[in-house]
Amino acid sequence: MSAVEDVVTEAPAVEAVPKRAMTLGLGTSLVVLVALLIVPLFVKNFIIFQLTMLLIYGLAVLALNILTGGSGQFSLGQSAFYAVGAYTSAILIEYTGMNYALTLPIAGLICFAFGFAFGQPALRLSGVYLALATFALATAMPQILKLGFFEHWTGGVQGLVVTKPDAPFGLPMSQDMWLYYFTLAITIGIYIASVNLLRSRSGRAFMAIRDNEIAASAMGVDVALYKTLAFGVSAGITGVAGGLGAIAVQFVAPDSYTILLAISLFLGMVVGGVGWLPGSFVGAAFIIFVPNIAEGISKGLSGAVFGVLLFLVIFLVPHGARQVAIVAQQLIGKLKK
Amino acid sequence: MRSAIIRSAAFWTALVTFAATNGSALAQKKYDTGATDTEIKIGHIVPYSGPASAYGVIGKTEEAYFKMVNENGGINGRKIKFVSYDDAYSPPKAVEQVRKLVESDEVLVVFNPLGTPSNSAIQKYLNAKKVPQLFVATGATKWNDPKHFPWTIGWQPSYQSEGLIYAKYLMKEKPDAKIAVFYQNDDFGKDYLKGLKDGFGAKASAIIAEESYEISEPTIDNHIVKLKASGADVLISITTPKFAAQTIKKMAEIDWKALQIVANVSASVGSVIKPAGFENAQGLLSAAYAKDAADPQWKDDAGMKNFFALLDKYYPEADRLNSSVVYGYGAAQTLTRILEMCGDDLTRANIMKQAANLKDFTPDTLLPGVRINTSATDFAPIEQLQMMRFKGEKWDLFGDVISGEAATN
Repeated sequence: MSAVEDVVTEAPAVEAVPKRAMTLGLGTSLVVLVALLIVPLFVKNFIIFQLTMLLIYGLAVLALNILTGGSGQFSLGQSAFYAVGAYTSAILIEYTGMNYALTLPIAGLICFAFGFAFGQPALRLSGVYLALATFALATAMPQILKLGFFEHWTGGVQGLVVTKPDAPFGLPMSQDMWLYYFTLAITIGIYIASVNLLRSRSGRAFMAIRDNEIAASAMGVDVALYKTLAFGVSAGITGVAGGLGAIAVQFVAPDSYTILLAISLFLGMVVGGVGWLPGSFVGAAFIIFVPNIAEGISKGLSGAVFGVLLFLVIFLVPHGARQVAIVAQQLIGKLKK
Repeated sequence: MRSAIIRSAAFWTALVTFAATNGSALAQKKYDTGATDTEIKIGHIVPYSGPASAYGVIGKTEEAYFKMVNENGGINGRKIKFVSYDDAYSPPKAVEQVRKLVESDEVLVVFNPLGTPSNSAIQKYLNAKKVPQLFVATGATKWNDPKHFPWTIGWQPSYQSEGLIYAKYLMKEKPDAKIAVFYQNDDFGKDYLKGLKDGFGAKASAIIAEESYEISEPTIDNHIVKLKASGADVLISITTPKFAAQTIKKMAEIDWKALQIVANVSASVGSVIKPAGFENAQGLLSAAYAKDAADPQWKDDAGMKNFFALLDKYYPEADRLNSSVVYGYGAAQTLTRILEMCGDDLTRANIMKQAANLKDFTPDTLLPGVRINTSATDFAPIEQLQMMRFKGEKWDLFGDVISGEAATN
């Protein structure tokens, strides 16, 4: 887990990555964007669904990346925010008949408030202690969703089935394709907003706190405010991802949001590169596709194979996709000369 | 010129005739995606990894069964291609894998998907796509709903019907019982509880205490102590194997001599009673629909001989004490039966029709007297169980096979 240690102990290691290195260059971004726009036209609905899930998990990893990579706080509780977002959307769609698109900002706001509130007690904790506190949140969430008190709304242990939206305005595309482009639009919006957030005054405050809390407060950064704010923003984005996930999967149940989800998201962040936003989507691809590859290699030992693959990735490229990208960039640079 | 027209007319006539005859030959052989003259593609999901990975052996047993079917010539000359994926007991993963099966692997049916959450997640999708969700591996009652979900059919007795049977038994044998219920706080536990309460009906006040536990709790000792304090003389333990063993042991430790009924899922001698200690389990009650492979009374049973022969040849590393192996065998045999009944009409609609047309079918591993019956309005294949009492080192079946037909939704 050297990538994580970097953030905790070796502040200069992150300092070596200037603001621009948090994102992709303009040219690369455009190529990726065009690819994302075109690919669905040529593949089966099932692949489109997988790509949609990739974007959704990518958003959730991105949210964690803002929290950990940006403000240096840990969270193993992202699954809880994801669940709150998913249930908010599902309940609003199914019980109030609200348009699915409108439920997402509400899910985001509720999760923002939830994350902000959770950030308050979390202020007293740091490093592994904070990770444990959020861990508690993640383990508690499935049980809270099962409580008889909420059962009328949450459907209790049986969960809730969500209706999948059709393409609007009679557009000639399948539900999956429409949902993909819908998700893509939201993802791009949130991605750009996140990049700008990290480049803004607030983003600099986040990073100052990450690098050295005392120095940051000496410079006049309101440490408590920005720490809770980071939690709130992260939870809010996770909530939107959760809401999208509920619509894409068409089902929410407590068992969908166990601690395993939080660990997967954490894994995605480390594999993608802590603090490198585009890496979030690489990490999401890892947590979606690598278990399938592992299963293809051995059914009975899929867990072990996944472990070996993960170990290889961490061992060979400890900084995740970011490291690969930097090496690739250098190679291209050499070629240009 | 004229002869050319005649020739071409003759040609077209011949072609049309040929097409017509060929068409009528084809009419007897009807296929949907996933079925051909040589192959039937069956999709399957089960948790091979994750918290419920213990159920993975069901998938392996079914794979072994179909391997045997194929080596014996297949079904009506067609080989079965069994495509089984891991859903890790996670609903989103289940949706992804099932979509892969239907859209990418193009299977004919999705067979025996396991777990109530996973099945709830894929039910709407499969019904919209009109792909059979055949013999789901969960005991929830909601699968028996042909009106709203004509493409979904269950297999094992529902938890509610089992709860109903215990209620019937207690009202008859111990009408003044003071009952404590200990259940797992999830769909499984709650469905059971509903069955019990429905069974008691107006006499539901006989249940004087209820306690639930979470599957993540390391020990359930305090719950048992609390239930003993309630003064109940019957304990109904709706628990999964690990917790059932703990319950039996704890009751002996604190010397609580109540009559205990343990849910069928935890009636396994190998994984529950033996770890809990045979001396602690004497007089324990439960109900069964399948034979226990660990029970010596089935040693010479023809059905179980087939079962052991399959394991010896195709799945030698299987744990014979594991009830999931028996389960997988029974489910796979039921599917094989359906496919045989379909003949050359391997359309999805016909498969559902045949699945709803089973009459008195008994797979090798079911108890004598338990029969699978389905109809267009009855999508609950197994509905009978037999009460049993633990004595010595094995279960003794007693009484008649009881039907627990639950009221449909």
